[in-house]
Amino acid sequence: MKPLVEVRGLRFRYEDGTAALNGIDFCLEPGETVALLGANGSGKTTFVLHLNGLLTGEGSIEICGLPVEKKHLPAIRNKVGLVFQDSDSQLFMPTVLEDVAFGLLNLGMDSSAAAARAEAALETVGMAAASARAPYHLSAGEKKRVAIAGILAMEPEILVLDEPTTFLDPPGQRSLAELLANLPQAKILVTHNIPFAMALCKRAVFFAGGKITAEGSVEEIVAGRGWDFALQPGKSR
Amino acid sequence: MHHVVVDQWSRGSSPVHRRDPRAKLIVLLVFLIALATATRGLALLASGLLLLLMAGLLLARVPVGRALARAALVLPFTAVFAVVCWLAGDTARGVSLALKSYLSALAVLLLISTTPLPALLRGIGMTGLPHLLLEVGQFLYRYLFVISEEAQHMTKAAAARGASVRRWMTQAQRFRASTGALAVLFARSYARAEDVHRAMLARGFHRSLPLLETRRFRVGDAIFAIVASLAPWILRLTAERLLP
Repeated sequence: MKPLVEVRGLRFRYEDGTAALNGIDFCLEPGETVALLGANGSGKTTFVLHLNGLLTGEGSIEICGLPVEKKHLPAIRNKVGLVFQDSDSQLFMPTVLEDVAFGLLNLGMDSSAAAARAEAALETVGMAAASARAPYHLSAGEKKRVAIAGILAMEPEILVLDEPTTFLDPPGQRSLAELLANLPQAKILVTHNIPFAMALCKRAVFFAGGKITAEGSVEEIVAGRGWDFALQPGKSR
Repeated sequence: MHHVVVDQWSRGSSPVHRRDPRAKLIVLLVFLIALATATRGLALLASGLLLLLMAGLLLARVPVGRALARAALVLPFTAVFAVVCWLAGDTARGVSLALKSYLSALAVLLLISTTPLPALLRGIGMTGLPHLLLEVGQFLYRYLFVISEEAQHMTKAAAARGASVRRWMTQAQRFRASTGALAVLFARSYARAEDVHRAMLARGFHRSLPLLETRRFRVGDAIFAIVASLAPWILRLTAERLLP
């Protein structure tokens, strides 16, 4: 079976000359959930922004067999649902329902069908009661759920979540993990939250200096790279 | 979170809140025309219109005293022109200006206290105003709260490092700190605008913001628009007849 995401030799340099990606090879299989781990500035977010054509680098990217090119962008953006780190940047419409329906209306769906599907997506994330509320009246956890509903409404095949646990308290993180675990889509999680990654991902890749330098289970990466937060009693004082 | 009071009022539930924004816009427009073009019996008319607006505030369950105080925010601006008229010997014109501006502000306040801004913008949009202007208004409204929260966080951070102890800072130091904070706020807002645009593109945005059509203009809205539009004109005709 062909991978949902197939990236070969991806390189990208920002306008200021910073080389953010230096030859990334990556695959995502259907139904799989993969964690992208690595230090701040290692290229994880830059990488995921390439998956639906928000950034364009050298190399090849195929989403569900479609090369990421300008002519395929509408189809690709329908297949790859990107949930941004800061929900305030993602929820820009005046009400929750309008925000969730935004992508559907852009696809050309009529108002009543878009509203029905948006309501169903809100129901999935447990936010149906908030449909008439303004996004700025929601808590961080509620905003994250609504942001995910906005993506789910478009029925994507791949969910990409950039630091999904940012601003969430532990119960909020647990609730989000339960929600994501029940979604059938393949997922890519950019995260520093190791317990969260362990709860959801069988595979992880480790970014360093714009390259993938290790691949394996989350536990293997954590052990091999010392990528955890286990303080040794007495040593930190 | 800190939200403006009027925004909280607009989320209430009352017969006035439930009316279509377009109906309320029509009523406001008619009210303003009736008030602005009145020349005779102004004191009586102003009293009548004030009572009418207060009845509207009561019906909408908006705190009357606080609304009356908020509408008075417009007075310092019109007071300047009123004083100029008074100095020029035209006291009546000065009083008329102050009364009309206060009542106009109160009428606008009644509208925005009973209509959430997104619904109001949509209502205005249906009157044919260019969508670009409405989208600017919509984004301004959405991110005003986010930016104001960022500004509040920065103020707290500055206070935590002693910036509130004014006597320790010279005027120049305070000016430098304020301009620096404004520059940071601008840079953050710019970065956020880029993030928002990216998030819009990621969900297929191409030209203009699509809107859900969720509201229909009902018979009740039409009846409200007619009755509420007639009220200021009836008051005006009565005032003009009693005090020609």
